[in-house]
Parts: sequence; structure tokens; C-alpha cells
Amino acid sequence: MSIVVSNLQKSFAGTRVLDDVSFDVKSGELVGVLGPSGGGKSTILRIIAGLDTADGGEVWLDGKRVDNLHARDREVGFVFQHYALFRHMTVSDNVGFGLDVRDEPRDKRDARVAHLLDLMGLAGLGDRYPSQLSGGQRQRVALARALAPEPKLLLLDEPFGAVDAKVREELRRWLRKLHDEVHTTSIFVTHDQDEAFSVSDRVIVMQKGRIEQIGTPVQILDHPSTEFVTRFVGDVNVLEGTVKNGHAEVGPLTGPLIDAIPDGPARIVVRSYDLKFWREDPGSATVKRMVPLGDRVRVDALTDQGSPLFAYFPRRSSLLDGIETGCRIHVEITLARAWPA
Amino acid sequence: MNRAGPYLLRGLVIFWVTWLVVLPVSAVLIRAFADGPAAFVEAIANRTALDALWLSTWTAAIATAINTVTGTAIAWALVRWEFPGRPLLAALVDLPLAIPTLVAGLVIVALFGPQSLVGGALADAGLPIAFARPGIVLALLLVTLPFVVRAVEPVLAELDPAEEEAAVMLGANRRTVFLRVLLPPILPAVAAGAVQTFARSVAEFGSIVAVSGNIAHKTLTAPVYVLGEIEGGNPAGAAAVSVVLLGFAVVLHPLARMLAMRAGGRK
Repeated sequence: MSIVVSNLQKSFAGTRVLDDVSFDVKSGELVGVLGPSGGGKSTILRIIAGLDTADGGEVWLDGKRVDNLHARDREVGFVFQHYALFRHMTVSDNVGFGLDVRDEPRDKRDARVAHLLDLMGLAGLGDRYPSQLSGGQRQRVALARALAPEPKLLLLDEPFGAVDAKVREELRRWLRKLHDEVHTTSIFVTHDQDEAFSVSDRVIVMQKGRIEQIGTPVQILDHPSTEFVTRFVGDVNVLEGTVKNGHAEVGPLTGPLIDAIPDGPARIVVRSYDLKFWREDPGSATVKRMVPLGDRVRVDALTDQGSPLFAYFPRRSSLLDGIETGCRIHVEITLARAWPA
Repeated sequence: MNRAGPYLLRGLVIFWVTWLVVLPVSAVLIRAFADGPAAFVEAIANRTALDALWLSTWTAAIATAINTVTGTAIAWALVRWEFPGRPLLAALVDLPLAIPTLVAGLVIVALFGPQSLVGGALADAGLPIAFARPGIVLALLLVTLPFVVRAVEPVLAELDPAEEEAAVMLGANRRTVFLRVLLPPILPAVAAGAVQTFARSVAEFGSIVAVSGNIAHKTLTAPVYVLGEIEGGNPAGAAAVSVVLLGFAVVLHPLARMLAMRAGGRK
């Protein structure tokens, strides 16, 4: 199902939650909506689903305007943040609910439920109640339930927000795999950039009810179009400096800019992997701390101008040779982005 | 560990409940059956007593049916809707617990008595409220208003509104959402409130004495009948009907407790 959302406006009690939000999703696409909590992401899903009404703007599903169509008639599957499983029904009855409502014949219904439980790795759990399942299992039941009536569009609201990190990682890979098999057009909302980038075909970055950027994960990572996106995506150092002749200057440090801006004072944004450190006396900064993080090492340094910097290096990298806490280093900015101060 | 303390405490508790509850109840039972089962049957098998028991039962049943539906609806409104008068409404629902039941009866007479504007008009139209059976039901409705509301409200508050939204997204209409998603989890609480309402209605005295007129065979309920027999010098008749009322209590109260535990124990 293709989706066109145009000029959505929404306020709750005088607070603007969505401000002129427009985007479209192609049939079969998996799109992630990424942004800080409270940025209006969930409201978009609820309006597309028909659970909330926009103050202005339009929603088109498969070329039909649906603003006056009741939620139950939109053929949209919705996965809620905290699962919202029917607590008094077994897993099978939860998954079968959407089929029972459609008076699906019993044998067809049972076959579809069994197939979905199998697909979700829930075989054998059909007679359990939601309270007897782990968080990851509940999430998969919620997905199975939403998929059962074969919706043309699947909306997922922070689908993995309530499970622990390891399960989350697993569910992400698994959602992508599921999408590649089922091809249901899907939109999911998350505040976790790893989640957005690892699962989505395209990402919509939002802040304070406005869309900041829409693009593929690579476009957004490499060519962030606003300062917000630059700072929100990836781990960044933000430094006060100047731009001169297409170069960023922060004290004695200089680096090339990926997108040039006019000369003058600027905020220089440098990704944690766009820095190089090497041991040098006198150098321009001091290493304050080295934090081993599994396959990576995080190095915290302080420039002589007083700006804290951090960078990640592969654990066994030659870039780390001779670098230790307290040593003097030279810092090279390999790539920077700048925004007028 | 000092085991004597708990044992002593347990003994005291048992003693206290025994003399306060078990002994008086036994005394009534002994009184009722003092002259043998035949005498008990005779004491109860007179028209006035049977009519009184039947009146208490059916008026309680009607009040329970009405307050179960309206009480659930009120609990729903209190939990799900934000509106300016909400705290006031919550306080008003509890008010019948706080006012003396006799006063509750007088309140109804004041509004629906033959001398009042509303009551007079209704009586002229052939529907007398006070000193008639509708007055009894009305008094019971007022006095037992809080029970279902208070039983259902906390359970309803624990339900996630997203469950209802999930049902809508799966294509369910309002009726299906109510019957299959909303009602099942709150049903034990609704039943607990209903049983409490019925138990209280059968036993209600104060408000009815004020409102019903207490005419034998017409508006005389069982508890009021008991008072009449005591005052009329027929302790055996009073004891016999009391035993039936006790029977209601002994069955209904544990049932309400059991249902309430089921309602609260669900996760």
C-alpha cells in the first residue's frame, strides 16, 4: 500500500505536536521514523491508523483519501509500544482475533494462526496467556496478531522499546527478515538510531513535530541536511570555531568541510570516527581517559583550548599505538561539518 | 524466635471474633430452632413473613440489575473521561456511604412524597413513589450506588486503553470491543459489586423504613418485618426471618469476597 501524507497539523492542548508534516512511502517499503522522544512520531502513526484525527492535512492510502474512514476499515495493522495484548485471551486467541472478527471459517483461521505462530518462532506457545511470556515473545505475538488479517500496511510504534538490548538486536534483524519475506509496507517509529538505520529502507528524521530530513540511512549519515540531524545522528563532537576558505578551524586544529559554508564564526561538528590522534610532544591535546568497549576503544581528550573531544578506534588499530592516559597527542580532523554560529 | 506471642495473639483474635460474632449469631439460631424445626417452619410460613421475604428479594434483584449496569457505566466515566466535574462526581458517588440510611430514605420522601411537587404529580399520574414499591427500589438504588462503581473502577483503571485500540485496528466494531475485550477482564469485579449490592439490598433497613410505609403484604420488607415482630412481642417470628436473612449474608458475602479476589488477582 502506498502512503501519501501531506501537510499534517496536530496540537494537543495548545502544544503543537505536528507542524506541516509531509512525506510519502512507496508500496512495499520499510520506513523508519527517527527522532527524540516527544517529537510527534507516534502521533503520525496514530493519524495514519485513524486512532487520532489531524487538525489539518491529508492522509492518502493507495490513492484514496482516508481522513473520514474509520480506523477499523483502513486495513492497517498496528503494533503498540507496550504490546496491548488481550490479557484474558490465549496467544492463539490473540492472534486469531482479527480473523474471528471477520468471521473467517474455523479451519482457515486455525491454519493461519498456526502458520503465523510458526513464522514468529512461537510454535507450542498458543495455549499460554500473555502474562506467561517474555517481553520478546509478547512483542512477536503482537506482530503476529497485527499480521493475521493480512493488512496492507503495518505500523509499529517503538516496537522494541520495552525489551532488553540483546533481545532488541535480535528482533531488529528478525523484523528486517520478516519484511523481506512478507513485503508488507511498514512504518515504524523509534528513538534509537541504530534501530532506524539497521532496519529501514528509508529514514525520516523528526524533531519537535517537524521533518528534518528524509533519506536512505547512507544519505542521512553522510549528508545530514540540518544541524539537528548532524548532531542527532552518530556520536559527534561540537566545537566552537571558524570557517575560512572552506576549512574548519578550531584553535590550531583544521580540517576539510564536507559541505562548504561562507567564512565566519561557526559551530564545527566532527563525528567521533572523523578524528585521528597520534602521540606527539608538545602536540595540541592531552589524553584524559581510555575506555575499552569490546571491539572498540573510546579515547577522551582535552585540547589546550579547553574543548573536550572523544573518538572511537578499533581495539587493535595501529592508530592507538603509543596512546595512553595522560600522554600528549596531535589531533587531526579528517572531515567536519559546519553551521554558522 | 518467640512463638508464644503469635499464639497468644491468635488466641485473643479467636476469642474476640467468637464472642462478638459467633455467639450472637448462634444465639439467634438457637432462638429460631428452640421449639424444633416444625416451629421454625410455622414461624416463617405465614403470609406476612413470606411476602416480606419475597418483596426484599425482588426489589433487591431489580436494584442490583440497575445499579450493576449504571455503576459500570459510571466507573467507566470516572476512569476514562477527563472532565471538569470529575472529582465532584467521584465524591457524590461515595456520598451514600457517608449519610445515615434513614436520612437517605427521608431525602427520597422529600423529593417523591405525596406532598412534594414531583411525587405529587407522579402519584396523580398513577405512579406513587414514596410509601409504595418504587420507593423501596429507589431507596435501594441510592444506598447501594457506590458498590459496583467502587468494585469496577480500580480494575478498569488497570486496563490499557491500547487494548481497545488494538481491537479496533483488527476490525472490531464497538459491540465486539465491549463484549470481547473490555468486559471479560472486568467481569469478576462487576459480579463482585453486584453480589455486594444484592446482599446489602436484602438487608437494607434504615432508608426503607422511612420510605416504604411498611404496609404488610405490600411494602413491608423482611428487615422491617423483623423489627415489627420484636416490637409486637413475637421473638420467635423475628428470629426465624432473621435466620433467613443471615443465610443470605452467609452465602453472599464470601461469594463477593471470592469474586473480588479474582477481579484483583488478575494480571
